[in-house]
Amino acid sequence: MSTDQSGCGAPAGGVTITKDKASKEAVVEGRVLRDGQPVGTGYARLLGTGDEFVAEVPLGEDGGFRFFAAPGEWTLRVLAPGGVRAERSVSADIGQITNVEVAV
Amino acid sequence: MSRSDVLVDADWVEAHIGQPGYVIVEVDEDTSAYDKGHIPSAIKVDWKKDLQDPVRRDFVDKAGFEALLSERGIAGDDTVILYGGNNNWFAAYAYWYFKLYGHQNVVLLDGGRKKWELDSRELSTDVPSRAKTSYTAAEQDASLRALRDEVIAAIGKRNLVDVRSPDEFAGRLLAPAHLPQEQAQRGGHIPTAKNVPWSKAANEDGTFRSDDELTTLYRDEAGVDFGKDTIAYCRIGERSAHTWFVLHEILGQPNVKNYDGSWTEYGSLVGVPIELGEGK
Repeated sequence: MSTDQSGCGAPAGGVTITKDKASKEAVVEGRVLRDGQPVGTGYARLLGTGDEFVAEVPLGEDGGFRFFAAPGEWTLRVLAPGGVRAERSVSADIGQITNVEVAV
Repeated sequence: MSRSDVLVDADWVEAHIGQPGYVIVEVDEDTSAYDKGHIPSAIKVDWKKDLQDPVRRDFVDKAGFEALLSERGIAGDDTVILYGGNNNWFAAYAYWYFKLYGHQNVVLLDGGRKKWELDSRELSTDVPSRAKTSYTAAEQDASLRALRDEVIAAIGKRNLVDVRSPDEFAGRLLAPAHLPQEQAQRGGHIPTAKNVPWSKAANEDGTFRSDDELTTLYRDEAGVDFGKDTIAYCRIGERSAHTWFVLHEILGQPNVKNYDGSWTEYGSLVGVPIELGEGK
C-alpha cells in the first residue's frame, strides 16, 4: 500500500498509517470476511448521520479497509458482488484506531 | 449535451470490446486496480503520472497530452470509453481533461468499475498492445477551466459549488475521510459557495442519479441558480470534475467551469476571504 498523500487517490484497502500519525487521526479500519476468508472484491463505505455518504474504498486483497474520519458516530456499509450488503455502527475518536471485522 | 450523448451502459461497452474506432480506458483513484483485472481490451491511464506535470502544479501541456495519447494508441477520431472506480470519480476527471484538449468523442460507462464488479462481469489481466498514433490535440478550452482570480471575482456573482463533504466544507476536515488529514492550508470554504457533496450525484452502485433527481438536488435543494454561470471546486479538482460532468454534460448547463486549483490552492492564498461553518 502507498503512503502517497499528494492527491485524492487512495489504494485498495486504504492508505497505510504509521503509529506516530495515528495519534492525530480518528482511524476506522478492519476487514471483510466470508467464512473466515478475506473478501477481496467489494467496497467499504463510510456514512454519516442520515446515511450521508462520506467516503468509499475498494477492499484490499486481504479484505481490508481504512478511513480517517472525524470523531463521532458512523455507519460502515460493505457492498460485494452477488448483492452482498452488510452494515455496522462504529464510533471514532482522535488518537484511536477503531477496528471492525465484518462477516458477510 | 445530454445524458444519452455522454453515458453508456455495460451492455453497450461489452458490445464494443475490440471494435475498431473504440478505445476503452480505465482511470482509477487506486492506480493499481487496473493491474488486478480490467474490462477486456481496456488500456490504463494513470491520473497522476500521465495527466499531471511532474514538476509544476499543473496538467501536462498540449504536447504532453499528444505524446500520451499517441503512445497509448488513441486517434483523434476514436470514441474513448472511460470508466473507473469510486463512482467514476477519476474517470470523470479524465473525461473533463479529454474535453479540455478538444477530444470530441468521449463517453463514460455509467456505474464504472464498481457496478461492473458488483454485477460480476468479466475482468481480464491481459494488457492489450495498440499501434501508436500521431495524436493532435486542440489548445486548452478555457471555457471549461477556472483559475484563482476568476474564482475570487465570482464570489457573490456566480454560482460557486463546493463539492467536498460537509465536514470539509465546514472546516472540520481538510481532506476526504479515507485520506490522512495533514495539510498546510486553512479549513473552510469560499464565501457564498453552496455545498453539494459530489457523491450525492451517484446512486450506491455508482450510476448517476436521474435528471429529475439531479435537478432537484442542485437547483431546488442547494439553491444553485441555473440562470447563472457556475464554478465547481473541491480539494484538488477531481471530485469537482465529476460535478462539472453532471451539470455541464448530463444536465446541459451551458457555462460551467471546474476550478482545479480548488481548496489546496484557495485555502493557501494570502488575504482571500474564507467562510467557516455549515452550508446555508
